[in-house]
Amino acid sequence: MNTPRKAVALISGGLDSMLAAKVILDQGVHVEGINFFTGFCVEGHTHAIRNQDRKKPKRNNALWVAEQLGIKLHIVDVIEQYKDVVINPKHGYGANLNPCLDCKGFMVRKANEWVNAHGFDFIITGEVIGQRPMSQRRDTMPVIAQESGAEDRLLRPLCAKLLPETLPEREAWVDRDALYDFNGRSRKPQIALAKQFGIEDYAQPAGGCCFLTDEKYSDKLRDLWATQGEKRYEIDDIMLLKVGRHLRPRPNFKLIIGRDSGENNYLKGYRHRFTYMYGTSHNGPLVLIEGQTSDSDLELAARITARFGQGRDADNVHIDVVEQTGSPRHFEVTPLTSNEMQEAWYI
Amino acid sequence: MSHHMLDATNLLCPMPVIRTQDRVAELEPGDILEVHCTDPGALHDIPAWCRVNGHHVVDTQQADNKIIVTLRVGS
Repeated sequence: MNTPRKAVALISGGLDSMLAAKVILDQGVHVEGINFFTGFCVEGHTHAIRNQDRKKPKRNNALWVAEQLGIKLHIVDVIEQYKDVVINPKHGYGANLNPCLDCKGFMVRKANEWVNAHGFDFIITGEVIGQRPMSQRRDTMPVIAQESGAEDRLLRPLCAKLLPETLPEREAWVDRDALYDFNGRSRKPQIALAKQFGIEDYAQPAGGCCFLTDEKYSDKLRDLWATQGEKRYEIDDIMLLKVGRHLRPRPNFKLIIGRDSGENNYLKGYRHRFTYMYGTSHNGPLVLIEGQTSDSDLELAARITARFGQGRDADNVHIDVVEQTGSPRHFEVTPLTSNEMQEAWYI
Repeated sequence: MSHHMLDATNLLCPMPVIRTQDRVAELEPGDILEVHCTDPGALHDIPAWCRVNGHHVVDTQQADNKIIVTLRVGS
């Protein structure tokens, strides 16, 4: 009896990678999933932080997909290695700071290293020609295969019939005739295939699973790099960009303002790293201050903090300020009016 | 069989799952691992990870924003 061939499937938690793995599983191949955590993933973090998201049912979609398919899932922390993809994308960025083509090449390369280390035979992705404007085009498919080092061990079951034969097809580990020729941005073929497989519940991130595709998030990351004077980040930096309102009222400092109790609690974990302030006479946000500040800056920050609290219409609001050195200070301020708040401050 | 503890507090998912996965890789079948977390997502994600990878959740506890998931390493 032949030993079944082994494939690792990149599982994002979305429908396409789920279908691709299912197609190959149904051909008798042993499939295990792999999921990469870059630090920019949307779902889990926002669920954990914000009150409104805490009410949503929680699930890690990649784990959920693996459970539906009955396959193992390996979640790999690539935060450090991924920095080079974000900072120096060889193929550039998309509409925002999303380095989609470099990202896909990086993930397939990491999957290829995993395949080599664990004695697997090939890699599966849920890519579809024409589905994404930057990373899933006919001309970029070979780029990913080549630059990742996976070459013809990379199989895209959903559009394989439109691409040259790969090793698993040539060696008859999989039946090319039972693969697909999906093409273009339409989701109808995937939805029809899901129905055929009896898959009714699936996440629909379709590119929305990464903060780097988000315009506002990208603006905040650009602001971080501009104030640092260079493109670099640590995990705490990119986590904080996901939380709160970010305002830069003057070039030398930025405020991170919690939007609800969940965010305030989360920001509390960073008090040791920042000057912070909060209202004592009225309920309101916890505010972190990033940058060097003068007394005049702190007074402006306190008036903005008061603006976002329940005392926004009061004549005086008491704000405590705790700096990294020295004793806590107390301000009594008049909250800024809506006219005094400047749209340009919002990052 | 031995009993181990893992501190995954102040980490947001999926980091508690990744830390659990990495620790389990160092343990023997039958060993017990007690994972301490603060992200409520861990209450769902660690058991889900156990189910897909053949490990067994022995107990889950949640009190005062602290979560403890205890698992037995599968073979």
